[in-house]
Amino acid sequence: MSTPCFALVDCNNFYASCERLFRPDLRNRPIVVLSNNDGCIVARSSEAKALGITMAVPLFQVQEILDREQVTVFSSNYALYGDISARVMSLLEQLAPATEVYSIDEAFLDFTGIKANQSLDALGSQIKQQIADWVGIPVCVGIAPTKTLAKLANHAAKAYPKTNGVVDLTDPARQQRLLRLLPADEVWGVGRRTYRRLQTLNIHTAWQLACCNTAWIRKEFSVTLERTVRELQGQSCFDLEDQPPPRQQILCSRSFAKRITEYSPMHAAICQYTARAAEKLREQDATARLISIFIRTSPHSHNSEYYSPSASHRLSVPSNDTRILVAAAIKLLNNIWQEGHRFIKAGIILTDLYTAGSFQPTLFDQPDRRNSKALMETLDRINHSGLGKICFAGEQLSQGWQMQRNKLSPAYTTRWHELPIVKA
Amino acid sequence: MKCQFIARYQMPSNTTVCIPLFGETVPAGFPSPAQDYVERSLDLNELCIQHPAATYFVRAQGDSMQGAGIFDGDILVVDRSLKARHEDIVIACLDNEFTVKQLQTRPRMRLAPMNRQFPVIEIQEESTLEIFGVVSTVIHQLRR
Repeated sequence: MSTPCFALVDCNNFYASCERLFRPDLRNRPIVVLSNNDGCIVARSSEAKALGITMAVPLFQVQEILDREQVTVFSSNYALYGDISARVMSLLEQLAPATEVYSIDEAFLDFTGIKANQSLDALGSQIKQQIADWVGIPVCVGIAPTKTLAKLANHAAKAYPKTNGVVDLTDPARQQRLLRLLPADEVWGVGRRTYRRLQTLNIHTAWQLACCNTAWIRKEFSVTLERTVRELQGQSCFDLEDQPPPRQQILCSRSFAKRITEYSPMHAAICQYTARAAEKLREQDATARLISIFIRTSPHSHNSEYYSPSASHRLSVPSNDTRILVAAAIKLLNNIWQEGHRFIKAGIILTDLYTAGSFQPTLFDQPDRRNSKALMETLDRINHSGLGKICFAGEQLSQGWQMQRNKLSPAYTTRWHELPIVKA
Repeated sequence: MKCQFIARYQMPSNTTVCIPLFGETVPAGFPSPAQDYVERSLDLNELCIQHPAATYFVRAQGDSMQGAGIFDGDILVVDRSLKARHEDIVIACLDNEFTVKQLQTRPRMRLAPMNRQFPVIEIQEESTLEIFGVVSTVIHQLRR
């Protein structure tokens, strides 16, 4: 049995890199990409980071810097990012015996038992080079005996230019050096709440966390954090497709393109956000018991009062059925809706999550409707196929509040009419 | 069908060889002449795209490459997995935009148009030429 070995390949500033691929004029220029509805900044090229533009900052707060520094601004072009991502992932599948696509821009590779006639470092460099040559996207590679350490190795590959984007963290002495440099919340699976509690217990760095007694961690926190600590100690607990527990809440909220004053577009927006959140919930194979919604007016408006009500509903049985969640969300909306306001944002939050099958219903609980799972799977499959979308009538697409995408680049790789132009 | 003798293969003496047993019945009668020709339909992707992950389509604009059979509005299949060689048709970055030209590495580095009315572009030693990819196929539609 050979020791496990994992690599994490992560694209650098993925959205910005995609936008740059067919725009040679933007080489070395600052680029930012906006969230749905052009509200916040969700991706920055390294040049934009250097200007001090932070992640998730609302656009209007940095508009001045963007103008002054002539930063190129893009709306999110998911058709492009999805296509480029698929290319990177299919290439990785050809380069490693087993892979796990972790998100749109990162994947774990299983290097266990690879008898390379070259160092792991060289193997990582080769993968990085091939993705750059073939697809045209820069990546970083972190290699380590556990997935948690591979994540940190990748973080180091990004943070320290001297590494040339590849870090082999199989050497325990090297692991220790890196862990001492990193705060504990850089560790995969250590959320904000856990980090705050660790700090009260005087555990600040990743190294201090790695030195904890695993039995004590299990008693004080959870089995999962114990696994994370073991992984930091070099003992592999997560295989491909395993990960620390799903997020403890799912939030789906957006700002509107134009203020909403009427009930019906708000109803549609809440339906759509709930449908999206339910989809995210099913992606991590979880169910939620508590659903909260909020709607708000602009806090920056001086001539009208700030109104930001919210409401929550607890289901008797956790669910991930869009129909059940939407019905609950609409009930909540009806409770807090008030005429006469100009709403700028709405959102829904799902909490009290259960992994599928971990909830123990009582005798009188109504389980999900019949065939719910099959229906939802079909819905997700169709909506992920890229061939079309099926939605609930309440979502009424193409309304005034729909996504504003004023700065959308062409769908360079997915529409014949939008191909890149080359001068002949 | 022609056969060509490649080499003699010596079977190790202690191995068992499994020979597949065909369970199909053989009808005694006149064989259908079409039976041996069960074929897939032809797929243009197979002809034009060897490496899907590395292949991008671009559209040509202009007349400088007519000698290579590239006309205004044609779609070019660009394969980034190919290493650019002397006399390849390439997509290069020039003055911050993409251009399609013939790469010449001998006697010196140049980007050549394939139309007399356009000038050859000399690549200065100090400037590095950036190649986006090699054009493998031109799609020229006669009726659109």
